[in-house]
Amino acid sequence: MTKKQRKNLIRIVVSGVLMIALLWVPVDGWLRFGLFLVPYLIIGYDILLKAGKGIMNRQPFDECFLMAVATIGAMTVALTDSGDYTEAIAVMLFYQIGEWFQSYAIGKSRRNISELMDIRPDYANVEDENGELEQVDPDDVEIGTVIIVQPGEKIPIDGIVEEGASTLNTTALTGESVPKSVQVGDEVLSGCINNNGLLKIRTVKEFGESTASKILELVENASSRKSRSEHFITKFARIYTPVVVYSALALAVLPPLIQMIFSGGADWGTWIYRALTFLVISCPCALVVSVPLSFFAGIGGAGREGVLVKGSNYLERLASTDTVVFDKTGTLTKGVFEVTAVHPDIIDQTELLHLAAHVERYSIHPIAHSLRAAYPDELDDCSVECVEEVAGHGVKATVNGSVICVGNEKMMRSVGAAIRECRHEHTGTVIHVARNGEYMGHIVISDVEKPTSRQAVKALARVGVRKTVMLTGDSEKTAAKVAADLALDEHYSELLPSDKVNKVEELMENHSQNKQLVFVGDGINDAPVLARADIGVAMGAMGSDAAIEAADIVLMDDDPLKIAKAIRISRKCMRIVKENIWFAIGVKVVCLLLGAVGLANMWIAIFADVGVMVLAVLNAIRAMFVKRL
Amino acid sequence: MKKTYKIEVDCANCAAKMEEAAKQTQGVKEAVVNFMTLKMTVEFEEGADREAVMDNVLKACRKIEPDCEIYYKK
Repeated sequence: MTKKQRKNLIRIVVSGVLMIALLWVPVDGWLRFGLFLVPYLIIGYDILLKAGKGIMNRQPFDECFLMAVATIGAMTVALTDSGDYTEAIAVMLFYQIGEWFQSYAIGKSRRNISELMDIRPDYANVEDENGELEQVDPDDVEIGTVIIVQPGEKIPIDGIVEEGASTLNTTALTGESVPKSVQVGDEVLSGCINNNGLLKIRTVKEFGESTASKILELVENASSRKSRSEHFITKFARIYTPVVVYSALALAVLPPLIQMIFSGGADWGTWIYRALTFLVISCPCALVVSVPLSFFAGIGGAGREGVLVKGSNYLERLASTDTVVFDKTGTLTKGVFEVTAVHPDIIDQTELLHLAAHVERYSIHPIAHSLRAAYPDELDDCSVECVEEVAGHGVKATVNGSVICVGNEKMMRSVGAAIRECRHEHTGTVIHVARNGEYMGHIVISDVEKPTSRQAVKALARVGVRKTVMLTGDSEKTAAKVAADLALDEHYSELLPSDKVNKVEELMENHSQNKQLVFVGDGINDAPVLARADIGVAMGAMGSDAAIEAADIVLMDDDPLKIAKAIRISRKCMRIVKENIWFAIGVKVVCLLLGAVGLANMWIAIFADVGVMVLAVLNAIRAMFVKRL
Repeated sequence: MKKTYKIEVDCANCAAKMEEAAKQTQGVKEAVVNFMTLKMTVEFEEGADREAVMDNVLKACRKIEPDCEIYYKK
């Protein structure tokens, strides 16, 4: 609770108690008025003051002004007529309770959401000359500095592990609860929490460019892009209040005048009272607060699940997705090549892999990496000499005295090895191996599908996505196989980046106006498509600045399943927004009608104002709970 | 030139009104007030004196919401 909130709470309690106590004081007339004025002023002085300032600044439809007029009116009615001052005080009281609740609830959800995005590191540990740890501002750490992260501390800056091993808690970044183990040479991202071992990390970025800072910036700037619902509600509020105020004026004046003309006697008191009731209902606060709060809570909840949404407009659009277009490599597939088949001719499988891995020992080519990964004992005591990369062919080396060639068909032809065509159905790259000019067999390397891709496509169908499409620069054969494996509706292959943009535009023309097309890419070379689609979703974006820039939604882990989840989150959020809009407007309109015909008194009016606001705020906060969606 | 400032305001409707007021201030090209994060993002017109423009923005906002605050001074 802030100081202001505490003060207001005290005011509410004091004035409420005083008002009830005064009900038993048997006095009449001006004295009674004077006594009841005390709780009224305690609870309402700031509103009256603000109302006065509002008039001076010519802001007649300020809600304080409305409250002031309504309650002063009610006090006057009580003084001249009923002697029931509680109504005026209660209106003020409930109004203040509403304001208090709103400020408390919003403050609380603000804190909740910033806590769950609590990845801002406060300091970095640097070793000084004496080998002692010194805490410094992460902003002052230069690239290439070695920082020390103790168990339980947050990694402040992106870097590479120099010394030590540990497991990292990446929940705040990815929503992934399984700890990630790291050792020397691994890249670590800021915002992760070091679980157990001491780590020495050489920084590779400045603090401002590190993942944690980037994500915070993104979250903090989210929801400054407003949704259509938010624009609607502010526009509505701008019209609503004046309309109600003028109606109130008409209600106070016209019926009594008509009565006067027709029957001579006018019932001013009744109509003025009804008009005052109108004024109490006229405050648009419930509407105006609940819509952005729902989006804020929805974006916050999504963030906790590892889905960063850059603005409430994107969340709104995501809810009406009907086409999802995927990029293949890195999105549906891992984007990392793995050995998927080994077909030896003379020697056995292990031996073939063994030879290939040795030859590729010093190569930095991605294929070399996957070959080495497939044969983990590569660093044995076999001798590898005279390594020579033959551009466009492959690599040649002398392993244990024999000349081994690893490469494509051209290379095999050049050393005179007789290739045996692969008889198996496969879609990857074929690497041939020859020893001293004799063909040894081949290894198939291909990109593998992510384990959750198939499930993700199914989940999308379940949330009502009509069409799933895959675009890829890869060959038709590979594309067809992946599309069939994952049960995608359509696929287009052999596309250049610019073709992808055209294809997406074509698809966007074909689908209906108010439905949205989502493009999901890995963000590295898809930036134009991400920008062109109705909603661009970047995957596995941790560390890729380009993706964070270009995309509207960023999935912090690589999991394509999160797309369906994000859609479900957005649907829930939109449902709540709609509920709130209809509920708030509905109750207000009903109360206005009842008030006009004299069926609703000021108590009902204050419920229409404060009660609706409280309920709408509580409903809005529900958007934050998305864990089990 | 875009700048984001921290603000203080109590109600959502007032925040919407502040946004309107800021938009209409001279030297401001576009303004967005985010009530949830209590931030005002102002895009200034080319060559505008930011501090002076913000003085006017604050004045305009105070008119509609006397106890609002914008933290733009260094």
